[in-house]
Amino acid sequence: MKTSFTVNGTPCSLDLDPRVTLLDALRDHLDLTGSKKGCDHGQCGACTVLVDGRRINACLSLAVMHDGDQITTVEGLSENGRSPLQSAFVRHDGMQCGYCTPGQLCSATAVMSEIADGWPSHVSDTLAGPYAMTREELAERMSGNICRCSCYPGINAAILEIAEEDVGYAEAAE
Amino acid sequence: MSVAKPLPHDSARLHVTGAARYVDDMPVPAGCLHLAFGLSEFACGDILSMDLEAVRAAPGVVMVLTAADLPFANDVSPSAHDEPLLAVDRVDYLGQPLFAVVATSHVAARRAARLGRIAHKARPALLTIEAALAANSRFEDGPRIYTMGDPAGAIDGADHQVTGRIDMGGQEHFYLEGQAALALPQEAGDMHVISSTQHPTEIQHKVAEALGVPMHGVRVETRRMGGGFGGKESQGNALAVACAVAARATGRACKMRYDRDDDMVITGKRHDFRIDYRAGFDAGGRIVGVEFVQYARCGWAQDLSLPVADRAMLHSDNAYRLPNVRIESHRLKTNTQSATAFRGFGGPQGMLGIERVMDHAARVLGLDGVEIRRRNYYDERVEGGSAPRPAAAPRDISVPKNEDLASRGAEVSEPGDAAAPEGAQVTPYGMEVRDFILHGMTRQLLESCDYAARRAAVDDWNARNATIKRGIAFSPVKFGISFTLTHLNQAGALVHVYQDGSVHLNHGGTEMGQGLFRKVAQVAAQRFGIAPEDVRITATDTAKVPNTSATAASSGSDLNGMAVQAACDIIRDRMAAHLAEQHQAAPGDVRFEGGRVYVGGAEYSFAEAAQMAYVGRVSLSATGFYKTPGLAWDRIEGRGRPFFYFAYGAAVSEVAVDTRTGENRILRADILHDAGASLNPAIDIGQVEGGYVQGAGWLTTEELVWDDAGRLRTHAPSTYKIPACSDRPDVFNVALWDGANPEATVYRSKAVGEPPFMLGISAFLALSDAVAACGPAYPALNAPATPEEIWRAIARARGEAR
Ligand code: FES
Ligand code: FES
Repeated sequence: MKTSFTVNGTPCSLDLDPRVTLLDALRDHLDLTGSKKGCDHGQCGACTVLVDGRRINACLSLAVMHDGDQITTVEGLSENGRSPLQSAFVRHDGMQCGYCTPGQLCSATAVMSEIADGWPSHVSDTLAGPYAMTREELAERMSGNICRCSCYPGINAAILEIAEEDVGYAEAAE
Repeated sequence: MSVAKPLPHDSARLHVTGAARYVDDMPVPAGCLHLAFGLSEFACGDILSMDLEAVRAAPGVVMVLTAADLPFANDVSPSAHDEPLLAVDRVDYLGQPLFAVVATSHVAARRAARLGRIAHKARPALLTIEAALAANSRFEDGPRIYTMGDPAGAIDGADHQVTGRIDMGGQEHFYLEGQAALALPQEAGDMHVISSTQHPTEIQHKVAEALGVPMHGVRVETRRMGGGFGGKESQGNALAVACAVAARATGRACKMRYDRDDDMVITGKRHDFRIDYRAGFDAGGRIVGVEFVQYARCGWAQDLSLPVADRAMLHSDNAYRLPNVRIESHRLKTNTQSATAFRGFGGPQGMLGIERVMDHAARVLGLDGVEIRRRNYYDERVEGGSAPRPAAAPRDISVPKNEDLASRGAEVSEPGDAAAPEGAQVTPYGMEVRDFILHGMTRQLLESCDYAARRAAVDDWNARNATIKRGIAFSPVKFGISFTLTHLNQAGALVHVYQDGSVHLNHGGTEMGQGLFRKVAQVAAQRFGIAPEDVRITATDTAKVPNTSATAASSGSDLNGMAVQAACDIIRDRMAAHLAEQHQAAPGDVRFEGGRVYVGGAEYSFAEAAQMAYVGRVSLSATGFYKTPGLAWDRIEGRGRPFFYFAYGAAVSEVAVDTRTGENRILRADILHDAGASLNPAIDIGQVEGGYVQGAGWLTTEELVWDDAGRLRTHAPSTYKIPACSDRPDVFNVALWDGANPEATVYRSKAVGEPPFMLGISAFLALSDAVAACGPAYPALNAPATPEEIWRAIARARGEAR
């Protein structure tokens, strides 16, 4: 089945078995191996990519469903690999083995726009917004991205630092 | 200075751009084939026949391998040769590989692997500790027993006795990158294997056996792993061997990667343990004697179970001086996955045993948990003593044939004599404790975390609230550093200085996120006085550095850092000698600092110095070697000095428990950890934080459940709960203890991979504390303390039946 979408700004056309996941299409057909396969079941977040700016688990989505979509993977988060968030992850030591890192970065990028766009989470007090990046919101919104090395302190510090600049960061009310 | 700097991981930039490659990311040659195992659907029985016609006929299938198709050794065991790659005649656990499918794609191989029809005659499966004990199904002929003094007499005559039992579950590694291997056939029958392994030399050894070639016919490379935690010490053998055999048979590259469910069903996990205890305390809360019976559920094959169970015995004292002690250890053989190495390697289980005793005794004696522990600590560090020299005792130095000597599972006894001096304070296995620092660490931690006030606040809260109970607890860690199989405590390195002053090096350690490559690069940079960026470390490669030990036992930077230091010093001394000669200076006066080399009033860049040495025909390449001094250990007698030194840590955790549901949270954790003079404080703190969370996960949310048929029911993150971002403590303070290692380790640092894992015990004890606030009886909490278990323990505390 023919499918066309844009990945990291580059248009791609693929002829795929309709059962191929977006993750496998990216990794096996487009050689974009930055997105990782941690579970292939939508349970770890290692495969998180952005579709039209929103995050999805690429392992749970069929590639052919994305005809015409704009897809961003970790390789496309910035031109030079030095976006503020990427650099913050390096500075705050937000990784050990690094296997979850691409998914964490894509997820965190989307979390910031979800907050900016007024999407509530399960821990938001109100459904009406606006929302700020509190520690509680961060923990909730990033809970789908498992880090087995448990680098959560570094990951959180990196995201909070950037969120502070981007969407406004508020200390959680004790 | 390059060492002691908080530099980021060596591949940090690659990780954040997705450019860091793992095995599954490597470009493969055209025509690469993919493997999957057909797995057993029953836990124990005889295979009557295997009908694989449908498998062979499935789309994309190129070849199907059974045990009969293997040309040479059918064994992937790291120890006892009891672990066939593919089952022969019988099945010993549910999930055991029976045949291997080689197909044109990963999906095709997996689909076909489901189509095998296996006729079998089931036998009763031994799944539990009780069942194995009843059937006397075990490794080794009987229990191992270490004894010191007269524990039974001491306990019987003590003022207070506590008796009890604790069950503790296993733990799935869940390295985020599953097991993977890629075999690339080379000319002349050689095989190049790229493996996600902590132990390239063992992969090399097992692949060579399976291909019937000498080890020089196999080259194994490991750039990095997406987590290992011990799960890639021996569990990668099967994939690498299967790929190599298939690559040999087809002449094509072969790759294998376990999907997550398969990975969890096939591979071994942390050993679950049961520990029975009986202890006696005097009126002042001093332990006078203790007896432990440890039962380890080892699974179907021996793997590394003997040294794991040994290490559990060796950590039965944790930080406490036990005057009379007996530890009996049963290594039980069951029809479950073969339990294997996992961060701490049995140490956490042994340590939880004595921490349970302290927790229980504190309740019985009405003492604060910190107080009873401090009263039982070893004495403060004794300065100035010299290490007891092992006297050379005559012994049989021949080694068993066919032994996988580089494995921790090897059975080579190395009795030596490292007797502690008369009157020294010793561990239950007779090792002198000379570096004990927990008195000071405890003092500092209790102060910084405001323990006394918070203890009072928790008690006050509990007096006023019936529904939500709080708990706070302290636990120390004393963890022995070295492989207990003495000969593994060696390492090699290969260092090159190029004409432009850039440095390339390899060592025997593997990078799995612990920051080893960064630390070792810092050591090399420090020796040459250059920046760490000028040092490049490439994939661990058996062709560069041979005969390596697993990157395990926390020893990675201790061993490899020293080997690299030795190699760098050889080259530096050659450069210094050459420059000194040219300047009529003394070689000892040549200085390497800040990227410059100073000699007799002249000054060069390091690159210029390298060029001069090259033109002067000075060799700029060297190997380095290190072996840990002073070790001698007799694992049968349980006597000697198995460890070079101890690493210490202390933690205070505070939790809240909902008594109606057992739901709970870690509210705050404070940690003070001893990394000696840290080589890299940022990396070390990351290890401490990660270790604590993983340790707490083991004891709280991570529950493995097998059904009555022996099927692992928790085989994905949907059913097996790994700590997520939302599970880390709200307040999490981690500091490193400021102190150098009294032993001469690399820049006086200490190993840091495993010890902090056991700080998670404080979270478990805090839960025990909260539960104990629910009623008068000791709740005897088991691990993992899931909400269900907490709920049951609350009933026990209240004296209700549930
Ligand atoms: S690989 Fe997609 S969520 Fe785990
Ligand atoms: S860094 Fe290893 S899983 Fe997150």
